[in-house]
Amino acid sequence: MPVEMITGSQAAATAVQRAGVDLVVAYPITPQTAIVETLAEYWARGELGGEYVNAESEYASLAYCSGAASAGARTFTATSSHGLAYMHEMIHWCAGARHPIVLANVNRAMGAPWCLEPDQIDSLSQRDTGWIQLYCANAQEVFDTILQAFALAESVLLPCMVVFDGFYVSHTYEAVDIPPRDTVARFLGPSCFAAQVDPGRPANLHGLIGAEAQSRLVLSRHRAMERVWETLREINDRFAALFGRSYPAVEGVACEGAKTLLVTAGSCAETIKSVLPALDGTGLLRLKAVRPFPARELRTRVEASGAETVIVVDRNCSPGLGGILAQEVKAALYGAAAAPPVQNLILAGGVDLTPWMLKRILDGSLFTGGGGPDREVWGVDLA
Amino acid sequence: MNLRETDSGAEILYSGHSACPGCGAALAVRYFSRALGPDIVMVITACCWSIIAGGPPLTTLKCPILHCPFPSAASVGSGVKRGLEQKGNRDTTVVVLAGDGGTFDIGLQALSGAAQRNEDFIFVCYDNEAYMNTGMQTSSATPYGCHTNTLPLPRTKERQKKEIMRIMAAHGIPYAATATVAFPDDLAQKFVKARGIKGFRFFHLLIPCPPGWGAESDETIRLSRLAVESCLFPLYEIRDGITVELTYRPPQKAPLEEYLALQRRFSGLERWQVEALQHSVDRDWERLLQQGEGAAPF
Repeated sequence: MPVEMITGSQAAATAVQRAGVDLVVAYPITPQTAIVETLAEYWARGELGGEYVNAESEYASLAYCSGAASAGARTFTATSSHGLAYMHEMIHWCAGARHPIVLANVNRAMGAPWCLEPDQIDSLSQRDTGWIQLYCANAQEVFDTILQAFALAESVLLPCMVVFDGFYVSHTYEAVDIPPRDTVARFLGPSCFAAQVDPGRPANLHGLIGAEAQSRLVLSRHRAMERVWETLREINDRFAALFGRSYPAVEGVACEGAKTLLVTAGSCAETIKSVLPALDGTGLLRLKAVRPFPARELRTRVEASGAETVIVVDRNCSPGLGGILAQEVKAALYGAAAAPPVQNLILAGGVDLTPWMLKRILDGSLFTGGGGPDREVWGVDLA
Repeated sequence: MNLRETDSGAEILYSGHSACPGCGAALAVRYFSRALGPDIVMVITACCWSIIAGGPPLTTLKCPILHCPFPSAASVGSGVKRGLEQKGNRDTTVVVLAGDGGTFDIGLQALSGAAQRNEDFIFVCYDNEAYMNTGMQTSSATPYGCHTNTLPLPRTKERQKKEIMRIMAAHGIPYAATATVAFPDDLAQKFVKARGIKGFRFFHLLIPCPPGWGAESDETIRLSRLAVESCLFPLYEIRDGITVELTYRPPQKAPLEEYLALQRRFSGLERWQVEALQHSVDRDWERLLQQGEGAAPF
């Protein structure tokens, strides 16, 4: 299969093209812009397959996708930071309407002030909306996850956000294995989910209902989220058979017998993996899925490892509470037998995780292990 | 042409809908849907029609209804049309239904974007001149001299109503027209014409709202007629943002007082304010009359 040196953004766009999308709706924002520019090039050359529309805002982009998905079209849009925040109403709406839209979000901090760095607060702020959220650590994973996201979203009828860090993933050139379109078509055929808008068939779609009906619909979305685990496993099996790669909801590296487990999502995991061989007694659990949250699997993995300390690396912060992933991990470990303390390294603002920083954290001077109190440390204080 | 000629024979509006007595918005949808025929999809943003459409699984219209968030109407409408086309359906007419809030205010950005791209659907603004579904709050379509629940007496609206038709004409869209329920032939004829045009089509419908306007529920048609006869709401159409054509010319311009006196929302008007309003109506009417074939509008 052809391997190309491309960025994470180009990988995302190429995957969308390979997926045989019906409609791409575009609006630029740094650091996402290269995705919609690359898709525009495909479209201009007549190689996109579907339509390409320049919208007047991110809100309009997602609303446009929502309308087209209502008619059964496979749709894609991409954004970042303020763009995602501006979409917020439509983000909720698309989940409620059960539109299997795929959206790529390139992580970027939220203003004020302006900051382009890869803080994950933008996507994590949307975690309660009912979208599947899959976080990627490198360009190959971006390519593969976009293909998987269409299959997953259209299977469980939930929208799916494919998330990756700005610059570290979006702008870094990496070798990416890009299967040709006909091979991809063996994994992902044309969209065949049922259209909601069916001319000639009267229906009152998404009109006003009461609390009990709404409660039942929220429950049905919650149940659909639970179906993600099995569906994702099946998708990974099919994907691995064709392409030799798979992405479990939780990726574990060197966890067995580790005294300390690092937990994170996104490209921080790549840095951690690169230094793990030099770090005795340390393992990594990378959260691929953040919604649905793999609480059961995380807990099982932590329990099985016998780790004395869990350190969650959060490139985000919920002021007044702390790192968001740390809170989710603590909730997942609540009630576990001999649950280790959960320490939190906070890299809010998109601060880079360096091998040197990791070494300082793990030499024991910053976090106490073995039943000590939970602590949080800010990466910027470690310089 | 009359209603019999423009009528598709298809009754799209079921009886038993939940509009208020005398609702002009229910009448307007009945007239234009009969004109367009059954192969339509109705995209409805937050407005009175969110309620008139009924609670699912019940429905008021014999066509697919897709509800959408307040600011999103024109974007969702664009997407529905594009999605249908991608799935091989090029015939169904997509109609977006929005009130004045969803058009003049919160929906304006999406409306402008879709119009500029010349998206292929019909956008219908039924303008009852305030946020009526939430109970009569001021919008940018609320006229001068009017009081509302967010602009209560002794205050009245000091600014004029936003001129939405001039905004839409400035986009150079293939078709834009005004219409109102007292002139159903004119309304239906314009929708039949719009159905045959490809690209973005815009309707500005003046819709009397008896409870909001403080009028009797049997005055809807009279108010609608007086708005036209007084030249407050002229009936015309604009092709390609350039060619303006009056579709009805009042034989004699009716004074504004009768129209205003029927509505409690204008009860705070002083004499000089009525004169100011009359002056602006006269000015706008003269300006419209000056538009000949091929002239730039306004």
